[in-house]
Amino acid sequence: MSTETYPASPARPTIIKAVDLTRRFGPFTAVDHINLDIEEGDIFGFLGPNGSGKTTVIRMLCGLLRPTEGAAKVLGNDVTRDSEAVKRSIGYMSQQFSLYGDLSVMENLKFYAGIYGIPRRERAARIEEVINIVGIGDYRKQLALRLSGGWKQRLALACALVHRPKLMFLDEPTAGIDPVARRDLWNLLFDLAGQGVTFFVSTHYMDEAERCSHIGYIYYSKLIVYGTPSELKRMPEVTPDGAIRLELRAGQIAAAMRCLNTFPYVLDATIFADVVHVLTEEHTEQRIVDDLGRHGFPNASVQPIPATLEDVFVTLSREKERQRNA
Amino acid sequence: MLRGLYAIIYKESRHILRDPKTLFLMLVIPSLELTIFGYAVNLDVKNIPTVVYNLDGREASRKLIDTFVNTGYFQIRGEVGSDAELKRAIVAGKAKVGIKIPPDYTDTLLSGRKTQVQMLIDGSDSTSALQALNTGNAIAMLASLDILAETLGAAALPVEMRPRVLFNPDMKTANFMVPGLVGVIMQVVIMLLTAFAIVREKEQGTLEQLMVTPVSRLGLILGKLVPYGLVGIGETISVLLLMRFLFEVPIEGSLLYLAGFTLVFLFTTLSLGLLISTLTDNQIQALQFSFLILLPSFLLSGFMFPQETMPKVIYVIGQCVPATYFIHILRGIILRDAPIEALLPSGIVLACMGIAVITVATLRFHKTLA
Ligand SMILES: Nc1ncnc2c1ncn2[C@@H]1O[C@H](COP(=O)(O)OP(=O)(O)O)[C@@H](O)[C@H]1O
Ligand SMILES: [Mg+2]
Repeated sequence: MSTETYPASPARPTIIKAVDLTRRFGPFTAVDHINLDIEEGDIFGFLGPNGSGKTTVIRMLCGLLRPTEGAAKVLGNDVTRDSEAVKRSIGYMSQQFSLYGDLSVMENLKFYAGIYGIPRRERAARIEEVINIVGIGDYRKQLALRLSGGWKQRLALACALVHRPKLMFLDEPTAGIDPVARRDLWNLLFDLAGQGVTFFVSTHYMDEAERCSHIGYIYYSKLIVYGTPSELKRMPEVTPDGAIRLELRAGQIAAAMRCLNTFPYVLDATIFADVVHVLTEEHTEQRIVDDLGRHGFPNASVQPIPATLEDVFVTLSREKERQRNA
Repeated sequence: MLRGLYAIIYKESRHILRDPKTLFLMLVIPSLELTIFGYAVNLDVKNIPTVVYNLDGREASRKLIDTFVNTGYFQIRGEVGSDAELKRAIVAGKAKVGIKIPPDYTDTLLSGRKTQVQMLIDGSDSTSALQALNTGNAIAMLASLDILAETLGAAALPVEMRPRVLFNPDMKTANFMVPGLVGVIMQVVIMLLTAFAIVREKEQGTLEQLMVTPVSRLGLILGKLVPYGLVGIGETISVLLLMRFLFEVPIEGSLLYLAGFTLVFLFTTLSLGLLISTLTDNQIQALQFSFLILLPSFLLSGFMFPQETMPKVIYVIGQCVPATYFIHILRGIILRDAPIEALLPSGIVLACMGIAVITVATLRFHKTLA
């Protein structure tokens, strides 16, 4: 799905517009002609495996890296020519923790409030405001390096929020933090999005993708899908005409999957925990159960399911892989 | 242009104060270095251990020994009774000088003939050897002149050379060496204060976050310079106090000039450290880069070897390090109470160097990643 099919509503202004954004490191192309169109209030989830180019895209959009080719506008400013204007107006949380460990929570916040030029009179109030937003009030005097992973991320978020940016870039904010802290952080993002902050969040957790209003999937430097989660799940490439998705339960699913792959009418099979998602030709539900029964899986059962985002990414990655190898 | 300056100063000061152990070390190490190296470079050789083999033993020979002792350069560690013993004392390192007075010393002198006093010198310590040799010659010369004057009946010798050393009348090497040492030590410790200031943030990844803020380049650079400048002032004061009161080097010139020129030197040297920090990717590189400047500061700044005798190329390299100018200024103020006209040229070069270096550092520092 490309940007043209994504319906642009005139009511919401475009916050990020990237056209053929490309970055090479020597002969290696880390980001290859990426187009983005992100509107105010979106929570854009930027997915992709490690090394696919997510951080490089974010750095270009923040004015940290010069694009080799193409251009991008962030909040109306060109990221190459007006990178300083971009920096003033956005919040950024880099992939690794990058606050000062030997400074306390309060000192880090004061520092960023100063750097962003918050007028002295408003500074204290503004800092209290972000402390309340992320709920880090109990740790004011704590050295940043003594915080747990989740609290570190909240502090980083607070520092990035201190100048009330309308757009936040978060590069894998949930990497390496525990599931509870992850959920809390996402709830925080929803709260802020409700107040009109636009988010650009990279992650490689599939479950986080489901929570985003829009998703882009980058694979080997190329943006291969872009749209809302429901749009992605309805993509014809994911579930082609004349095909259906089934969830299959069987005794030994690994063996069952190997067996499934030998059936000519089965298009794709992927294990998800204790079930197999099968992409198969229409009206083959009974045939699968019968055929598996003949191959020694007597109590296999199937039931139709809609595509999940993971199905989408797996299917499209496989497709790309086939194209690359061809 | 200075956007973010105060915030950076605030943050850097917090870093410094958060770690009092490091701050203490920063303030104490220069003094420690000055104490150790100050004694090491003190080239005045006093009390050279000496043994005497006196085969004569009469009044005239004892007078000669007294002359040696009275110069202050020799300390008699004992008398020996044979040539072999004399030699052994030197080989064993018990003495560096052995004096052998022949049995007929007094007789020969009285009869107006020439006598020989033997002086064995341990040449493995060239400084004391040279000192002993020169002093020994001078003593022999003086003794001969005395006898000559007596026999000739002249009240005084016709020509007397009276050299007078200006500015450092006692020829104390400490007076000459210690101000130079102060210059060199300051060069090292001050430059290393800032050489890591930015590169450390590169390594920790905090610089990337800073680059996405509206902080200005000059604000960042000066914000790092100012707090370390204060540390540098503390270091300078402690080192100068030590020079004045431990090594008893008097400051002849104006303290105001000293303070003023020292500030210029601090600015230049801190800027140089920052330049190194912007040019390098990690702390190891920064350290290696620093050595590129520190070595000439030691060897070519005129601290150890006179610059006048250096080959042209080497001399020019020496003129590129701030320590050269600072040492010139320090010696001028401390030893000679030099007039401002004599100090200004070095001061101006230092200031221009500082401005050039901080400009390059600021321009070299980009708020984008490579
Ligand atoms: N400064 C750089 N120089 C050379 N290669 C780089 C540089 N930065 C990133 N890359 C390469 O670009 C690719 C994409 O990296 P990155 O954007 O960090 O991926 P992701 O964030 O999706 O894990 C990787 O293969 C990485 O090695
Ligand atoms: Mg990354």
